[in-house]
Amino acid sequence: MKGFLDQRFENGGFIITRLEDLMNWARLSSMFPMTFGIACCAIEFMSTGTTVYDMDRFGMAPRATPRQSDVMIIAGTVTFKMAERIKRLYEQMPEPRYVISMGSCSNCGGPYWQHGYHVVRGVQRIIPVDIYVPGCPPRPEALIGGFLQLQEKIRRETVVAPKAIEKLMAKEKGNAVA
Amino acid sequence: MNAEERYFSAFGEVLLYIVAGIVFCLVSFLVARSLRPHRPNPEKLATYESGEEPITSAWAQFNIRFYIIALIFILFEVEILFLFPWTTIFADTDLREQTNGLWGWYAVVEAVVFVLVLFVGLVYAWVNGHLDWVKPEPRPTEVTSPVPADLYRKINERYAGKRPDTSGNELI
Amino acid sequence: MQSLDSILEIVRSSCRHGDPVVEDNMVPKGIRLQAADLHQVCRALFSSPETYFDMLSCITAVDNGPAAGTMEVIYHLYSIPFDFSVALKVVLSRDTPAVDSVQDIWKTANWHEREAWDLLGVHFNNHPDLRRILLPADWEGHPLRKDYQKQEYYRGISLE
Repeated sequence: MKGFLDQRFENGGFIITRLEDLMNWARLSSMFPMTFGIACCAIEFMSTGTTVYDMDRFGMAPRATPRQSDVMIIAGTVTFKMAERIKRLYEQMPEPRYVISMGSCSNCGGPYWQHGYHVVRGVQRIIPVDIYVPGCPPRPEALIGGFLQLQEKIRRETVVAPKAIEKLMAKEKGNAVA
Repeated sequence: MNAEERYFSAFGEVLLYIVAGIVFCLVSFLVARSLRPHRPNPEKLATYESGEEPITSAWAQFNIRFYIIALIFILFEVEILFLFPWTTIFADTDLREQTNGLWGWYAVVEAVVFVLVLFVGLVYAWVNGHLDWVKPEPRPTEVTSPVPADLYRKINERYAGKRPDTSGNELI
Repeated sequence: MQSLDSILEIVRSSCRHGDPVVEDNMVPKGIRLQAADLHQVCRALFSSPETYFDMLSCITAVDNGPAAGTMEVIYHLYSIPFDFSVALKVVLSRDTPAVDSVQDIWKTANWHEREAWDLLGVHFNNHPDLRRILLPADWEGHPLRKDYQKQEYYRGISLE
């Protein structure tokens, strides 16, 4: 039996839309980040978890293992030596999964972009990134802004196939029947 | 037709709890199964080893003492289990009145004998070292330093009692 | 207590391939040796009762560039009982820089020498485990050399 989130419906009825809203709300209200603090941005990530900025009020409780996490926050400089491990850990996260690139170094290589031979110019060269949070390091408020952006992105997700390929689906169905 | 008096015996209540517990878990699993995506691939199914390639097996050797401790725990847990229904019998006021209080004394002596027999067993296990934990014996690294120990002792004495230098910190 | 002269005496008595030369512009004061002398000089400084240099603070390697054609390896030693530091310098040729490993005297040299090998390509003889420590194991080149050229791709990821 295919899961609800795996399917693509042609047109959304009332039930499907409401169920999709419920699922999205449930998912965005309890995003468990995988702690992937590599460098200085990790300190800002940690202070986002403290009582002053409190990311737990958004439902974000850090998990140490990729198996139980929804979002991977790459906080820090990505070196080539670390790139292999990042890729492997991203592959080991279960879907639906998201990536937040926190800080200059993981966005674009940061201060090391010109001379750093050992730094990957942005983690998007290794894994697909959903949200970029700029800053060096970004303040906790900026990171929380990133969380809210991710929540908006999840809120807009839909299991209804977009209209543009609806026709394609109809054509395929027609071909399959014929 | 009179309504029959229906009631749940104590056993019935327990059965109800068991059934409710099982249903609760099953429903959670089924709802999750019907909603979540299912996209396995070899990288995702690989064993987690903090991002490294997993090498060798994940089976590690456990300390044998866990088994011994669990065994002894089970024995004394059963003893406690038997003491619970004993308390209901012991506190039965009807029986005590009927025997002028002799029932109470009899029950106490019986329970004390029961506990003492098991206590002797506990003492035996204790004395024979079955409750000791197997401690690892770490071997210190072989470092042969030519420096005599009293030179280091002089350094320790020189710095002992000295508070750390905070003269440069105005905040403290 | 300890002075550079007394240390120089101990060093001179262990040198067999050339005289030690004092380098004044180093902090702490440095002594330049021949590469072949290094191991017995270190052993003498470590075990001699006047000096007891029981702590190796740092091993650094320096590349003087293809024009000069030399590389240097600098050892900073510190004596915990006597609170005194000294530096030893060894000058090697840039084509095949090799010097004896001192990790049998000070265990800390194990990783310091691995770093020198990783970043500059200085080979340490008799090192039990000479492999890269900071860069990934399949990296090409020694980055801190003056004539280092970055590779274009590492495992498919672009370096630029």
